[in-house]
Amino acid sequence: MKERTHPCTQREESWAVSGLSSATSDPGNLAGVRHIILVLSGKGGVGKSTVSTELALALRHAGKKVGILDVDLCGPSIPRMLGAQGRAVHQCDRGWAPVFLDREQSLSLMSVGFLLEKPDEAVVWRGPKKNALIKQFVSDVAWGELDYLVVDTPPGTSDEHMTTIEALRPHQPLGALVVTTPQAVSVGDVRRELTFCRKTGLRVMGVVENMSGFTCPHCAECTSVFSRGGGEELAQLAGVPFLGSVPLDPELMRSLEEGHDFIQEFPGSPAFAALTSIAQKILDATPACLP
Amino acid sequence: MEEVPHDCPGADSAQAGRGASCHGCPNQRLCASGAGATPDPAIEEIKEKMKTVKHKILVLSGKGGVGKSTFSAHLAHGLAEDENTQIALLDIDICGPSIPKIMGLEGEQVHQSGSGWSPVYLEDNLGVMSVGFLLSSPDDAVIWRGPKKNGMIKQFLRDVDWGDVDYLIVDTPPGTSDEHLSVVQYLAAAHIDGAVIITTPQEVSLQDVRKEINFCHKVKLPIIGVVENMSGFICPKCKKESQIFPPTTGGAELMCQDLEVPLLGRVPLDPLIGIQEFCNLHQSKEENLISS
Repeated sequence: MKERTHPCTQREESWAVSGLSSATSDPGNLAGVRHIILVLSGKGGVGKSTVSTELALALRHAGKKVGILDVDLCGPSIPRMLGAQGRAVHQCDRGWAPVFLDREQSLSLMSVGFLLEKPDEAVVWRGPKKNALIKQFVSDVAWGELDYLVVDTPPGTSDEHMTTIEALRPHQPLGALVVTTPQAVSVGDVRRELTFCRKTGLRVMGVVENMSGFTCPHCAECTSVFSRGGGEELAQLAGVPFLGSVPLDPELMRSLEEGHDFIQEFPGSPAFAALTSIAQKILDATPACLP
Repeated sequence: MEEVPHDCPGADSAQAGRGASCHGCPNQRLCASGAGATPDPAIEEIKEKMKTVKHKILVLSGKGGVGKSTFSAHLAHGLAEDENTQIALLDIDICGPSIPKIMGLEGEQVHQSGSGWSPVYLEDNLGVMSVGFLLSSPDDAVIWRGPKKNGMIKQFLRDVDWGDVDYLIVDTPPGTSDEHLSVVQYLAAAHIDGAVIITTPQEVSLQDVRKEINFCHKVKLPIIGVVENMSGFICPKCKKESQIFPPTTGGAELMCQDLEVPLLGRVPLDPLIGIQEFCNLHQSKEENLISS
């Protein structure tokens, strides 16, 4: 391992995409997007990608056109969750075409996952290179007309978050959905994320508590596997709306693993009611566009 | 502006700062002056500092929320059961420092002395350092870009007065980015024994963990093994097992077979978790690996 003080990226990590050059920056690529929602959490593994995916699916089932931008460059989870691994990204005259997930083109996705030559390839990039790609994702993806752009982020309050917000800021309205799990160790990190939102002037639409309890399929006993109550308390503390609690649901897990549409396929499942309720609150909170 | 040219020749190349694609890069002058070729003096300083640390173990995962901090804390506790073993737990998750809370040390302060920063001691033989101890409020957010985080990690390794330590356990944030590159880089001359990689059984974790294993190979970091956390849930009422995070693609076991890395063990998801037995199991496996 070479010893360097240079702030640029390590040399061995070349751009892992063959043939995709930097497209011409088009400031108009977000002009057709009516609402942008950042899904954030200070904590890893709380379900940001899950909530981003299910919210997008629920909004689409409510008749909206939805795009998902996955800016988790080290751990891009969304392609698999939507059964889109291995799809190619094509260039069009306005930049990069997002990957469409349905024939009607009502659900689209962009993720670094599509740009890796091998799925197990590690994206070992320092901040500046991550920032450069995120700026391209924001300006060079030809989203077209969208009701909602859901932006899934990695955990933390660092390069990806700052760059994403800076790049998206000219495009209003911008709101944040903050995800936590009930236990104190998550709430502790998410408090810091709420401070981040305040400091960057990002409007918090609400807090979602994920993994809120598990109902044993054998005896129907509900256990607070990751403690309880943290999400609601956090929302109260921060003075933001509490949008709901999503229980641990093996059907949801399986859907995400296998890239299925949970909202369509499991309407009777424990997490369905919570997720659709959260989506409805988002719909109610975001005014419809005037024709 | 922190844009890196698409065709950056690399800071260590003969073309550094001189290539056509360097024009406009904010680091052009630095590269052209040859500064990129100078080793960071901190690496030697850290090597000296680490002479009193016998074993260094990184706890990694590509994935967030799998239990790195939980595992690190329990490993530290388990190893510290022997009063004659000196343990140091270093938390380099700068944005999400969980270790103070998990160890019950929230609100503790770090003190400076002539020999550097003093870690916070939970026991006489268990010292802890985290950026969490440097924040004045639980709401304080550390909103830093890569270079500043790297600076903090350098300070943690160079300026903390750990004393004589048998095991330094380093808890990391999820991913394969600045923090991971920095800790490997700064400890390069001091020899890291290896990495323990944490995962949960489902594919959404494993796909990130494969990347982490890939990262370890790239930076020539030995892998002690993989721990599968949240592996099955035991209902406290009926005691039957359920798979909350189903191993739809074979779980850690199959991944470890495919990638030829050891599976150190599985930890169940139990709200009343007690992994003392596991800690002892891990300790003996680890000692076998380290001593061999």
